[in-house]
Amino acid sequence: MKNALGSVDSVLLLGGRSEIGLAVVERLVRDGARQVVLAARPGTSGQVSALDDGPSRGRRDGHGEAAPGHGDGDGAAARLAALGAEVHRIDFDAARPETHGKVIDAAVGLVGDLDVVIPAFGVLGNQAAYERDPVAAAESVAVNFAGHVSAGLFAARRLREQGHGTLVVLSSVAGVRVRRANFVYGAAKAGLDGFAQGLGDSLHGSGVRVMVVRPGFVKGRMTAGMSPAPMSSTPDQVADAIVQGLRDGAETVWVPARLRLFFTLMRALPRPLWRRLPR
Amino acid sequence: MTFLTGWGRTAPTPATLVAPRTAEQLAALVAEAPPRGLVPRGLGRAYGDAAQNAGGVVVDLTRLEPRWSFDPETGVVTASAGRSLHELMTALVPKGWFVPVSPGTRHVTVGGAVAADVHGKNHHVDSSLGAHLRALRLLTADGTIRVLTPADELFWATVGGMGLTGVIVEASFGCVPIETSRVRVDVERTRDLDHTLEVMAATDDGYRYAVAWIDLLARGPRMGRSVLTRGDHARRDELPGGGDPLAFAPSSRLTAPPWAPNGLLNRVTVRAFNEAWYAKARDRRIIQEIAPFFHPLDFVQGWNRVYGSRGFVQYQFVVPFGEEGTLRRVVSRLSAEGVVSFLTVLKRFGPGTPGMLSFPMPGWTLSLDIPAGHAGLAGLLREFDAWVAEAGGRLYLAKDARMRAELLPVMYPRLAEWTKIRQMADPGGVFRSDLARRLGL
Repeated sequence: MKNALGSVDSVLLLGGRSEIGLAVVERLVRDGARQVVLAARPGTSGQVSALDDGPSRGRRDGHGEAAPGHGDGDGAAARLAALGAEVHRIDFDAARPETHGKVIDAAVGLVGDLDVVIPAFGVLGNQAAYERDPVAAAESVAVNFAGHVSAGLFAARRLREQGHGTLVVLSSVAGVRVRRANFVYGAAKAGLDGFAQGLGDSLHGSGVRVMVVRPGFVKGRMTAGMSPAPMSSTPDQVADAIVQGLRDGAETVWVPARLRLFFTLMRALPRPLWRRLPR
Repeated sequence: MTFLTGWGRTAPTPATLVAPRTAEQLAALVAEAPPRGLVPRGLGRAYGDAAQNAGGVVVDLTRLEPRWSFDPETGVVTASAGRSLHELMTALVPKGWFVPVSPGTRHVTVGGAVAADVHGKNHHVDSSLGAHLRALRLLTADGTIRVLTPADELFWATVGGMGLTGVIVEASFGCVPIETSRVRVDVERTRDLDHTLEVMAATDDGYRYAVAWIDLLARGPRMGRSVLTRGDHARRDELPGGGDPLAFAPSSRLTAPPWAPNGLLNRVTVRAFNEAWYAKARDRRIIQEIAPFFHPLDFVQGWNRVYGSRGFVQYQFVVPFGEEGTLRRVVSRLSAEGVVSFLTVLKRFGPGTPGMLSFPMPGWTLSLDIPAGHAGLAGLLREFDAWVAEAGGRLYLAKDARMRAELLPVMYPRLAEWTKIRQMADPGGVFRSDLARRLGL
């Protein structure tokens, strides 16, 4: 249960090697959470992939991956355990929606009520490569959007039953107004963002919250080698904002916060200008 | 679904709220309890999440067959669980009887008072409510109503059991004869914490009722300065004369506004109040009515709203005698941090009851209420939790809204015993609450 001062007891991380996801879990554990479920793709221990898709399909999303050195589930689990959490690990495959219900059930079986659920899986990919390989593009959308739809709906069903809990949805400013430079990824995020808002409205009055997180460019493992866009952030900064949002019961969190105003302006930008944006 | 909170107005959760009027309706609710279970609720005065049940059923007992009876020969009152102490006092005080234990508000139900094994200003001489109970009627998960006496294990799992062993439907307890409805009170100021502890330890036992209000914002040499109010039921010959010596007509003359800004109670306003309160108190003897002495906050209806939309947290702990060092550490830390606690109360406890989850034990108890939005509060209270557990003390579950499950078995060494009895009485886990889930009860 979320207590009077906003601390939670249990957290489920879907995409259990996500850099941002693990940073959030670590903060929640430091703040008192004692039950952690890390759900990640089986057989990837020590690798950077948390997804059905092989690394060749594209670069990992900025909020999809763990940093080298503690990227494997064992290391993350050990660190969380050292902080006092009981860490459970279960198999999860974002690209197989038919299994997502069982994953949620398994997590509930392990820890009981889920106070916070964080689906933190995703692939960024390369726009030019997607345009050359439309099948790969569709597969990335299946993970970035469809996977979140099934995981989110299954999680929401459970949270509604228990009458409390927060689903943290990692959207992106890429989906706020889709850009030519990464429109496959951006379109999936736009879909996810709309889905999350609708889901949050459908849960109004149930005691359950959906928190939509819209980071800008995140300087993480997945974006390594890319030059940061303006108003970028680190996974730690994103995690800080998420934890603060959880405490406040926020519905939407922009990271950094000033992106909210910036994108209000960007949305009004005439299309001929918008499409000429360099990135 | 209705969103419910405790009196502290934090962490609301939705539940199906039902108010049965008959024992049959209540039994049907228990028989048909959903997977998320059911918890009884009275007047909602527990500060935290004891009478909340997210996604489940909460049974409001205040409408259940309102009955009570009193035997003037024995002084024993028998009341259905939803009767409030206010109702009992209104009926009994004019007859010359008083409840054996009165917590800081009269607006609690008999059932809730038993489930929390409430204490009052007389704990150091009279213990808590459980010590005065003669019998309980408990509706258990199997649908039967069991009559329990202090000879039963389940009785002592229920006293202080936070409503998790079944629904208390009736309780009988002995009352105290009084000559008047007034209290003779000695008011005394102390200079600092050591002085406070010294005076209380030396002379509390000369009074039936004793409590200290601490000015937590006082620092340096004045840290822990207090106003002691200690007294006993006044005798008839102590009243100035005229009027009915047993008159009891307390009123709530003020109602808190439905909305108050967050931060209304801040360091400046509370310091100003504390200064005035301390300055106003003079060492003297006064005659007070029951309500202002026992239930000063009942004067303002809905006073919990003054803390604003984020609500507040009550933090009450007890540490055994000999652990004054822990108490001193907590007070000096609070004073150094400038923590705004509007009402800080210190009291000495006497022996506890055999209630397995009952809070009181011989020692010092300190209770604070702090706005939930206070920066750094979570970490500070966690630190205190550890000190209290280390000192062999514990937190009061009826007030708790934030402690961690792992400290519970340390603070309540008889937890395993309670769990076993509860498991036998409710093997399917029908009786559940947010507090139970949060603390793994």
